[in-house]
Amino acid sequence: MKSGKFWAWVVFILGAAYFFIPLIATVEFSMRMRRGAYSFDAYQIVLGDARFQATFTYSVVAAVFTIILGVLIVVPAAYWIRLRLPQIRPVVEFITLLPLVIPAIVIVFGYIRMYGSNSPLPFLANDTATNALLVIGYATLSLPYMYRAVDTGLRTIDVRTLTEAAQILGAGWGTIITRVILPNVLIAVLSGAFLTFAIVIGEFTMASLLNRPAFGPYLQNIGANRAYEPAALAIIAFAITWGCMSLIQILSRFAPKSANRPN
Amino acid sequence: MTDLSLSNQTIAGKAAPPSEARTLRLPTQWLGVTPFFVFAIMFLILPTLYLMLGAFQNDAGEFTLENISALAQPSIVAAYWISIKVSLASALIGAFAGLAIAIAIVRGGLPEWIRSATLTFSGVASNFAGVPLAFAFLATLGRLGLATVILNTLFGLNIYAHGFNILSFWGLTLTYVYFQIPLMVVIIVPAIDGLKKEWGEAAATLGATTAQYWRMVVIPVIWPSFLGTVILLFANAFGAIATAYALTGSSLNIVPILLYAQIRGDVLHNAHLGYAIAFGMIVITGLANVFYIWFRTRSERWLK
Repeated sequence: MKSGKFWAWVVFILGAAYFFIPLIATVEFSMRMRRGAYSFDAYQIVLGDARFQATFTYSVVAAVFTIILGVLIVVPAAYWIRLRLPQIRPVVEFITLLPLVIPAIVIVFGYIRMYGSNSPLPFLANDTATNALLVIGYATLSLPYMYRAVDTGLRTIDVRTLTEAAQILGAGWGTIITRVILPNVLIAVLSGAFLTFAIVIGEFTMASLLNRPAFGPYLQNIGANRAYEPAALAIIAFAITWGCMSLIQILSRFAPKSANRPN
Repeated sequence: MTDLSLSNQTIAGKAAPPSEARTLRLPTQWLGVTPFFVFAIMFLILPTLYLMLGAFQNDAGEFTLENISALAQPSIVAAYWISIKVSLASALIGAFAGLAIAIAIVRGGLPEWIRSATLTFSGVASNFAGVPLAFAFLATLGRLGLATVILNTLFGLNIYAHGFNILSFWGLTLTYVYFQIPLMVVIIVPAIDGLKKEWGEAAATLGATTAQYWRMVVIPVIWPSFLGTVILLFANAFGAIATAYALTGSSLNIVPILLYAQIRGDVLHNAHLGYAIAFGMIVITGLANVFYIWFRTRSERWLK
């Protein structure tokens, strides 16, 4: 197996080279702004740019609302399916996979045509409604990840016993979901939330086609007009993605491992 | 509506938790999933159906196949063709490279930390797509990119003089591979982990060489998950637009960019042709996913 180990190293090093060279090159490029010396000028310009701050804040807020909307839709559904309607699980799983099948650009195209200003539900009529439509679109995009995360979390707890115990103590459905089920799957929900955040924060297609002042269109705009700032932005975006994934990994250490009653 | 409530009753009768004897029995049965279904129908299924129906209608709302046949014009066919080529090339390269890396870190006898570091990095890189990825590759392989400059000064190899361009088929493919490989690694590592040690021992007991073990045990077992993932990667690249748009502007005419331009400004001067393009995209990614599901059911047989 000695040659096997040799080839494993070769493959690994080639792979690492492919993945690290662009990162190194981007860091290097982002620091080339000042002629003849490395500097963080590009980062300073980017972080000090009012449009950066405005669009980034906009996208963070959109991401937070997306997560809230996603939780409100997915947690009750996943809980209810485990508790009462296991027979519709395949249907729901199929629906949650659809956003991976239908490209985002097609979904948003459908929104634009269906919810235009003259339609019965004119989401595009004013800014607030369009913002809501963007959040809805993002929630659709994150549906596959959110559902999977929550469903995995529910698998590790005994949904039925917890529900019955809460009911015996006199809890209503609202109390059961918010004070019994949600705390138990909180870690799973948070993993889904961070993944959603990573996807939403730099999303371009939907934000651009709905004409929202989000971070993704800003990135594209800077890329088309500047030289060194895009590289700095790429590094910032990579750091954000890295941060989200690290948080998911850290959280997964706290998640309960054993399935009491896998069903 | 009637037979829906009938089936509810049978469900409620079968597995009834204690609180079932409430007054409003039938509506509460669907209470928890109602928001989900309302949301999915309004914001996922209806908009898609609207486009798909629109692809078969003319401006007056009458049924027609003209939009679909209009897809045959050379510029649109070329857009589909280059999209399919980029998606297929990046999926195949990503899949083989990802498989090699997965085998190396799982079976190659490398230190344990390499495996966990690679998996963590893959989680990050598979989500590092869109506009920032395009920036990273422009900084690497653009005309002034680090790799371009180093190749030129150290090895005297001017890749742009040799016909390479980041704003081209190969440039885009090489960029897409950056999220395709990690996605492959993330999906295929569990499949390789699923290869039981006993199978190797059994093969060795029966006198198989390493090559025979790989050819007659490993490859047949991994094959369905491998093919399934190739298709998933294909669909993943086919719908992507942000990376390509930020990288090439509209100089590389792939389908999502064509559709983007059509939505923004009706460049095709026919609204329903836009629907037809969207319909074509759904058909291609939909077909890809039918194959994916088929391969996955086949692969799960071995991975229990």
